[in-house]
Amino acid sequence: MNILNALFKTSLGKKVIMAVTGLILVGFVIGHLVGNLQIFSPPEKINAYAHFLQSLGGALWAIRGFLLLTVVLHIWSAISLVLENKAARGAEGYAGQKTLRASFASRTMKWSGLIVLAFIIYHILHFTTKHAYGPELFMVDLHGEQVLDVHTMMVLGFQKPLVSIFYLVAIALLSIHLSHGISSMFQSVGLRTRAWSNCLNKIAVIVSVLYFLGNAAIVGACLTGAVEVQNAKVKAALAACQADCEVCESRIASIN
Amino acid sequence: MKVKLKVWRQENADAQGGFEEYEADKVNPNMSFLEMMDVVNEGIIEDGGNPIAYAHDCREGICGTCNCMIDGKPHGPENGVTTCQTYMRSFKDGDTITVEPFRAKAFPVQKDLITDRSALDKIQQAGGYVTVRTGSCQDANNLPIGKDIADLAMDAAACVGCGACVAACKNASAMLFVSAKAGQLNLLPQGAPEKDKRVLNMVAAMDEAGFGNCTNQYECSAACPKLISEEFIAKLNRDFIGATLRKNFQAKALD
Repeated sequence: MNILNALFKTSLGKKVIMAVTGLILVGFVIGHLVGNLQIFSPPEKINAYAHFLQSLGGALWAIRGFLLLTVVLHIWSAISLVLENKAARGAEGYAGQKTLRASFASRTMKWSGLIVLAFIIYHILHFTTKHAYGPELFMVDLHGEQVLDVHTMMVLGFQKPLVSIFYLVAIALLSIHLSHGISSMFQSVGLRTRAWSNCLNKIAVIVSVLYFLGNAAIVGACLTGAVEVQNAKVKAALAACQADCEVCESRIASIN
Repeated sequence: MKVKLKVWRQENADAQGGFEEYEADKVNPNMSFLEMMDVVNEGIIEDGGNPIAYAHDCREGICGTCNCMIDGKPHGPENGVTTCQTYMRSFKDGDTITVEPFRAKAFPVQKDLITDRSALDKIQQAGGYVTVRTGSCQDANNLPIGKDIADLAMDAAACVGCGACVAACKNASAMLFVSAKAGQLNLLPQGAPEKDKRVLNMVAAMDEAGFGNCTNQYECSAACPKLISEEFIAKLNRDFIGATLRKNFQAKALD
């Protein structure tokens, strides 16, 4: 039995895949949140950050490929384990089975995971490929260079209540998913003991709550107007739009 | 006291089963659950019926033979006891008690409440033992073992192999059983020479038997009549990773 066989063919190996890919994805979502929290700084900050990421070129695609592989492995191990678990109960189930101590989060991992997957696809269409994004994407001057105005894109994107509510629901589900996942990954690789399991569970819940609050702050600030569009041209166009709505779209589109 | 029973009846492994209701009158609260079942069975026999088949042996809570899913929890409502050590005082007068066999693909029902749990024996045979030298027995205290390690190994060794962990698990996983049986030996010097082989073989036998996978919900530990901790599952996971790596990177003798 070589290592790949042990990883992909045994029940414990698949759990290790689940845990390690989970750890990578937790690292990514926290990094992603920290990057996005720059929305609370002047627009130059997040625009420069976005420009830096875009300028990575080949490295960016390598990171994207790695993350995609991680997500695929995470989902593959989940599907494989769930199918085996379903089969393991046998043809006849219980008339009634009590839940003794399994947490709500642990019992809903597959549902929270599925909805978060749908959200990730929407999120990429929304802000990365812009297939599901309303207004045009504007360019802005950054130290003499024309760069994408990510700040304005985020603010305008979250000003739509339905979009924001979907983001909040998805982030809440992801936080619930993480509250089980973060402590569970330690158990799967054998690093959870009774001595620190209580502490570990608390860390998992605190990280999940902070993760939710951080994201909710971004969405909420844009939705409520606490963070506003600061691109002068877009601001002027939006102000003019309040007087004559019919030519609004073409005026905004002509900014670039 | 008086209780109503809703019991799973199934003629044999291939027959279609279903629930039947029985009334138990004049139940003494100090009867064990199995004694109450005996009284119900006497009534069934007097009426010319077929008594309810259930597994039991020691009735002291140490053999692991009795196994019933009582009101959705293996071994009934109390914590840390087997079915035979569950007493009728744990129920209320007038209760309807649902009694089912343990459900798992690896535990086929043989008759009524009796399941075939030989899948657990197969896992044991795959590595749940130590090879010992023959001849005269070793001097006592010849192998020093720290008290903390001895106590921990004893916690794992308390497993009676009843299968409640499998029955309680949402995925019918046998991880708590396997981790206790492997853990009790892996912790001790007597078990050290075969540790890696034991872990790999027992996990392979567990997967082979068609048990589910652990989703770290610890229902097993909550249902265990011997209160075995899920800590042993973490230890099994750790030992499995170590054993897999060592197997691949350790030098091996020629065949």
